[in-house]
Amino acid sequence: MPLPTPFHSRTSAVCDSYEWRNWSGYLSAGLYEPSHEREYYAIRNSAALIDVSPLYKYEVTGPDAARLVDRVITRDVTRQKIGQVYYTPWCDSAGKVIDDGTVSRLAADHFRITSADPNGRWFQDVGYGLNATVTNVSDDLAALALQGPRSRAILEEVVDGIDFGQLNYFHLAQGTVDGFPLTVTRTGYTGDLGYELWVRPEHAERLWDCLMERGSRHGILPAGILALDVARVEAGLVMIAVDYVSSHHAVIESQKSSPYEIGLGWAVAPGKGDFIGRRALLAEREKGSAWTFVGVQYDWRALERLYAEEDLPPGVAGRASRSAVPVYEQASGNRAQIGHITSHAFAPILKQYVGIGQLLTPHAPMGGRVDVEVTVEFKRKLCPATIVPTPFFDPPRKRG
Amino acid sequence: MNNHTYDAIVIGGGHNGLVAGAYLARAGKKTLVLEKRHLVGGASVTEEVFPGFKFTVFSYVVSLFRPEIVRELNLPAHGLTILPLESTLTPTLDGDDYLYRDGDHYQTLRNIARFSRRDADAYDDYGRSMYFMAKAVKYILGVIPPDPTALHPKDLMGLLEMARHFLGLGQEQLYTLAKLMTMSAADFVEQWFESEPLKATLSASGIIGTFLGPRSPGTAYVLLHHYMGEIDGAYRAWGFHKGGTGGLAEVLATAARAQGAEVRCNAGVARVLTAGGRATGVVLDNGDEIRAPLVLSSLDPKQTFLRLVDPAQLPDDLVGAVRRFQTFGSSGKVNLALDRLPELGCRPGVGRHLAGAVSISPNLDYIERAYDDAKYGHFSKQPYIDVILPSMIDPDMAPPGKHVMSCFVQYAPYKLADGEWTDEKREAFGDAVVDVLARYFPDIRDIILHRQVLTPVDVERITGITEGNIFHGELNLSQLFFLRPAPGYAKYRTPIKGYYQCGSGTHPGGGIMGAPGRLGALEALRSSS
Repeated sequence: MPLPTPFHSRTSAVCDSYEWRNWSGYLSAGLYEPSHEREYYAIRNSAALIDVSPLYKYEVTGPDAARLVDRVITRDVTRQKIGQVYYTPWCDSAGKVIDDGTVSRLAADHFRITSADPNGRWFQDVGYGLNATVTNVSDDLAALALQGPRSRAILEEVVDGIDFGQLNYFHLAQGTVDGFPLTVTRTGYTGDLGYELWVRPEHAERLWDCLMERGSRHGILPAGILALDVARVEAGLVMIAVDYVSSHHAVIESQKSSPYEIGLGWAVAPGKGDFIGRRALLAEREKGSAWTFVGVQYDWRALERLYAEEDLPPGVAGRASRSAVPVYEQASGNRAQIGHITSHAFAPILKQYVGIGQLLTPHAPMGGRVDVEVTVEFKRKLCPATIVPTPFFDPPRKRG
Repeated sequence: MNNHTYDAIVIGGGHNGLVAGAYLARAGKKTLVLEKRHLVGGASVTEEVFPGFKFTVFSYVVSLFRPEIVRELNLPAHGLTILPLESTLTPTLDGDDYLYRDGDHYQTLRNIARFSRRDADAYDDYGRSMYFMAKAVKYILGVIPPDPTALHPKDLMGLLEMARHFLGLGQEQLYTLAKLMTMSAADFVEQWFESEPLKATLSASGIIGTFLGPRSPGTAYVLLHHYMGEIDGAYRAWGFHKGGTGGLAEVLATAARAQGAEVRCNAGVARVLTAGGRATGVVLDNGDEIRAPLVLSSLDPKQTFLRLVDPAQLPDDLVGAVRRFQTFGSSGKVNLALDRLPELGCRPGVGRHLAGAVSISPNLDYIERAYDDAKYGHFSKQPYIDVILPSMIDPDMAPPGKHVMSCFVQYAPYKLADGEWTDEKREAFGDAVVDVLARYFPDIRDIILHRQVLTPVDVERITGITEGNIFHGELNLSQLFFLRPAPGYAKYRTPIKGYYQCGSGTHPGGGIMGAPGRLGALEALRSSS
């Protein structure tokens, strides 16, 4: 039975849809209103408040904390400034991704890591012999994401002690709300201007109330997982267990992916000192990856035609799909499957149907043309699509 | 003197003019769009009439904006953002109760059932019929209307194709379509429903912008506009554009410029220059002449044929038809700047119902009586009002905590029985609107900071649209398709070579569709190449 999060008294009061998801054993609103559309547009047009408390949270402290974190993640912790947040994957010794998340450097010897899956044992075991402590603080921290163009204006009204003009993308600051302390990170899963707020659970309800009260002047709406899912596809952000399988969960070798294969090659710093998976990743960089992470944009006219063949309008708007579909070579005769699209959605802000997934590297040149499977009226059809850069949607305000 | 030469000039920087300009530029024409006001948009403008409060001054929702234009001009890249405007709340006459319909399907059925269980059960049947109607008519929106009287092979082919399209509907739906084209909105919806708030609110969509009542034949067709969007569901054709309809005009101007068009404001056109039966350019109000072999007018047909050119150059039948083209303005607009969010008496509190429409259409008689006033030359003492709170949809429309209210009001006839519109009459009209609003929003009078009242005369004065008719001419069967604006001239052409029409007075008509702008430009390009 899923448990309530620290915000449940507030989220349940406004969850008209009664559509709850089980997120890591917690009750998480799929959507609050009858449709997630307004919640989605709050992310893009005003501000959306999303309960992300079910994330796993760990703190690493002690004299060797930096060494431990550096040993785990693929990015270079020696270059991480205090107050900086890294988004990063971490790998097993074969260079296959275990999980991805954020690493906040709260102090020289104090880190906070978020992850989708439980990682406590891994962090502790790989730190054997280091003078550092890994603590699971998942239950000690409630978390809210406030995302959207108005998020900064709302926080400026609600939070004391932080100069939001100085809080850069992927940085953090400590402040207070109504007298209680909170950490604000300029992070999120929407590809928009946004922040995540971390507080003790006993302050959760008060934080929610303050944000909703002041936020009402800025069009704030609570948003659920469905709206978030559309936004993160537009942002080209991968999701564990959807776009890749954790190497700790994979039961066959082919289910595993390296960071290079899920679009996180930029977050690998093989030049830094030793870390778990380094040797394998160096070798992969040398000989190339088998798979390439891609964003594809479906040809809209072709998609319309596939529906028109069944005398239907294109019924593609709505929820993002986490059901993978095969991708084929766009060549006459030989219909070889060259990969799969793992998340796909109609992007309301772009008026395009887009997807992210993996293709065999030789078939994944930027601008390349592929055929993606689409099912219309139970019939499998092929829709031409183009390999395009991600993020699909990348507003300047995200970093600005 | 500005003597720059262009390949094409578009008169009018409203949404259709901008669309036309973008398409001409896209085809490689050196294009100039001329707008008489200081900002683009025409009747699709957003103006900060009072500091901090942005009014979507005239039009307020985007309906049926054509997906092919979104795609071909890549409008999302230029900022197209159509926000959901999903729910409709209809208070009952006394203001104590209400009918609420939104995306919560079964709750909507229960809400309807409080007025009539039968209506709730019929609601999906109605929706399904309208799906087929919208599907049938959507086809028409994208084609240049073939003329059944012309024996040209192209017209015959067009007619044949259309016949094939309609016959594909099946018998039952064809009958419904025939009724839709001819019946009154009230009669049409009464085929399904019996409860007043539902019948009245549905019928009200059929009278918007027309000088007809819900019981006037021909109004059923306009109902369709509310359903057409569902066919293009993915494109969200129905909604509120970020920044109001002026936000959409800005997007279109940006797109037109990106295609290479020049968009010039403060440049009203006095007349079109012609020589030897050909258009050769325009003369601006300031006397400047600008030359171009292609001139497109997005202005209404009376401006296009009777003002911009010398009617003596034109055939008598055309001049007569345009003079008789019904352009009687029937609607007004009241925009309010509010100190805080208003509350509905029948449903107090804040909620998403205030981010949708509030339709003051309690029953059919109410709207018909509002029309009765107008028929005899008076503004409605108790008007039909379509209320939205743009700041509840887009917080950028008002300062934080403050709000703007957009009230589309019918009826306000262009000509009054007791003489011209005056400032006093305009304010009396505004008072009548606020009186009605106060019945449903009991606190409204206390929170109005500013108000802007616009009659059809104001619409005409500010935008230039003849008689302030928001559709550039009635949308009834006698003025649609191959009859819009005049028999024989429904294909965006004029008797003057190189002079084309591309405004809402042409097929498929008004509403923020952009279709006339696109089809007009394509036709001009086709026949000039």
